[in-house]
Amino acid sequence: MLSYKVNHLKQLEAEAIYVLRETAAQFEHPALLFSGGKDSILMAHLARKAFHPAKLPFPLLHVDTGHNFPETLDYRDRYVQEAGARLIVGLVQDSIDKGRVTEESGANASRNALQTVTLLDAIEEHGFDACLGGGRRDEEKARAKERFFSHRNDFGEWDPKNQRPELWNIFNGRRQHGEHFRVFPLSNWTEMDVWQYIKLEEIELPSLYFAHRRRVLARGNTLLAESEHVEAGEGEEAEEKTVRFRTIGDMTCTGAVESGADNVEKIIQEVAAARQTERGTRADDRRSETAMEDRKKEGYF
Amino acid sequence: MDLLRFTTAGSVDDGKSTLIGRLLYDSKNIFEDQLEAVEVSSRKRGDENVNLALLTDGLRAEREQGITIDVAYRYFATPRRKFIIADTPGHIQYTRNMVTGASTANLAIILVDARKGVIEQTCRHAFIANLLRIQHVVVAVNKMDLVDYNQESYDEIVRSFSDFASRLDNIVEVTFIPISALRGDNVVEKSENMPWFEGPPLLYHLETVYLGSDDNHVDARFPVQWVIRPQSDRFHDFRGYAGRVAGGVFKPGDEVMVLPSGFSSRIRSIETYEGAVEEAFSPLSVAVTLEDEIDISRGDMIVKPNNPPKSGQDIEAMICWFSERKMAPRGKYILRHTTKEVKAIVKEVRYKVNINTLHKIEDDLEFTLNDIGRIALRTSSALFYDSYRRNRNTGSFVLIDEQANETVAAGMIV
Ligand SMILES: Nc1nc2c(ncn2[C@@H]2O[C@H](COP(=O)(O)OP(=O)(O)O)[C@@H](O)[C@H]2O)c(=O)[nH]1
Repeated sequence: MLSYKVNHLKQLEAEAIYVLRETAAQFEHPALLFSGGKDSILMAHLARKAFHPAKLPFPLLHVDTGHNFPETLDYRDRYVQEAGARLIVGLVQDSIDKGRVTEESGANASRNALQTVTLLDAIEEHGFDACLGGGRRDEEKARAKERFFSHRNDFGEWDPKNQRPELWNIFNGRRQHGEHFRVFPLSNWTEMDVWQYIKLEEIELPSLYFAHRRRVLARGNTLLAESEHVEAGEGEEAEEKTVRFRTIGDMTCTGAVESGADNVEKIIQEVAAARQTERGTRADDRRSETAMEDRKKEGYF
Repeated sequence: MDLLRFTTAGSVDDGKSTLIGRLLYDSKNIFEDQLEAVEVSSRKRGDENVNLALLTDGLRAEREQGITIDVAYRYFATPRRKFIIADTPGHIQYTRNMVTGASTANLAIILVDARKGVIEQTCRHAFIANLLRIQHVVVAVNKMDLVDYNQESYDEIVRSFSDFASRLDNIVEVTFIPISALRGDNVVEKSENMPWFEGPPLLYHLETVYLGSDDNHVDARFPVQWVIRPQSDRFHDFRGYAGRVAGGVFKPGDEVMVLPSGFSSRIRSIETYEGAVEEAFSPLSVAVTLEDEIDISRGDMIVKPNNPPKSGQDIEAMICWFSERKMAPRGKYILRHTTKEVKAIVKEVRYKVNINTLHKIEDDLEFTLNDIGRIALRTSSALFYDSYRRNRNTGSFVLIDEQANETVAAGMIV
């Protein structure tokens, strides 16, 4: 029987592929949320495995805040080309122009919260009934209870107290018209698992993940990249440092960490020794202790 | 590194959250910012020590009430294993959550308060573990510090639990460990306060317990999830049946039969993204190609003709009721089993179980939230199944309310 042992990465892979295939089978118009971050890249990679040698049976959907790192957009466009995938971009700028949302102002202004509206608009416009997200349960407390198949009501809201029970590997994606699901194939992966798998599979990532020289601003506990969207305020001064990003999102709220890890191997060592959760560098979670839960209820990814 | 999934059950205040917090903390799976947040919350609540239990408290409602509801999943790893904890509340009103957490677990930790001994809830937790076929149970006798690390209290608990557990036939192995979650005795490090205990500490047990027999590698079962048909010139004739092996082992050249059609063929290849492989077994996800062109779609099952599953429309099952709404007499539901969906009608309720005493209830046959019992179902078309005892994948199903789309019951085929 020993030969039938499967290591943890292989088990997680098999599970994620299973969930991706269930999504394709149970929904009419799924989409894969692709941000150019490592989790969404991993998910897209697993999706290619799941349907190989056919192309992805669903499009990639990128909710673009307009404040992306240029490296992310580069990577995205190359990836889409290489995978022969279909890309749909939802622009937060469009939501602002249409008056659907109002832009925050002030030093800590961020478009992060606005993404929710753009995402829900894109879901409605394209009639998506399932959005595959790269969320992991180990990222944040509120996510620990997230289902693989997470039901959203007509308004895109999540009701944490009234979730469908999920047993074994039987997923219930039945829905009424207008409702949709968020599906999280990476639910059981930890940050360490993700990195180990990226190494094992030699998955290419945007250069932002690796140590590089960059001008950054220290704000609160985070280092933000200086850019046209993040400018030094009073008493602040940008400094050049060797940094890398542990998550990739909107430039206005994704913090860098000082690090010399310039390859996956070194990142794994760093993660093993890490003293801060990945989200510890994200300004948007720090607004209140239950910030994530509040945003999720409104339909955040 | 392999993977162990375990569930924890305990009554309120038995120290479950503290134990999990301790496991995460002592195995260095807690980050500085998480710890800081917990320190701040502890101070706000006026707790004397840093309250490790807060590390695992997820949602706002729980923080307010100070109890765990729902199922929360936690992760940690040691150099030996990766662990997934399904953390569930223990009170009877959360039976369905315990059942959910138990459904994917290889091992259950049942917490007992050393001062209280084996109580009704302990038996209920053991019953659920057994029902869901968790083969390994750890009885963690907690709060040993409050009984002066006294061996007699522990021995008494071992005796009365063993007595009760002898009636639970799915549990293969019960391990008892006296601990103090609060002080850390026998959690990660062996306790110096209990020299009389010769076994290893809890974490060591979790790292080393043998898991070989949890997957079925005997009865070949391949429920088809999705048919891969690339619309490209290069793979013009490719037809791959994608799925996750639910039991047994498949190899190229194997003679197979497709259900429900009954057509037979041979496996031409087992495909993955990395290329063709020599074998596939549970729980791997692959795509199978066959020698012959047969009409196969989602919900069909590929098996071996010399060892087919049971098939039929009359199903006997143990179920746990999950919904606030009662089961309707002769109620019609959607039944989801492997990748197949059929309609089902409840033909008869055989009995319910009083899960505290394990007695059968035969005079009140109405299923309400958290009830467990045995029913007879008839399905609109044949299912291909095994008993849950033999195979968790092909022996389990859920019932779904047709109007509300809500999952109303979990079933284990007898
Ligand atoms: N003395 C002592 N107290 C404990 C122990 N484990 C937990 N407690 C305390 O028991 C109370 C309930 O613990 P908690 O972990 O919240 O219980 P839960 O409701 O099962 O999650 C808390 O005040 C803990 O500090 C232990 O081993 N010894």
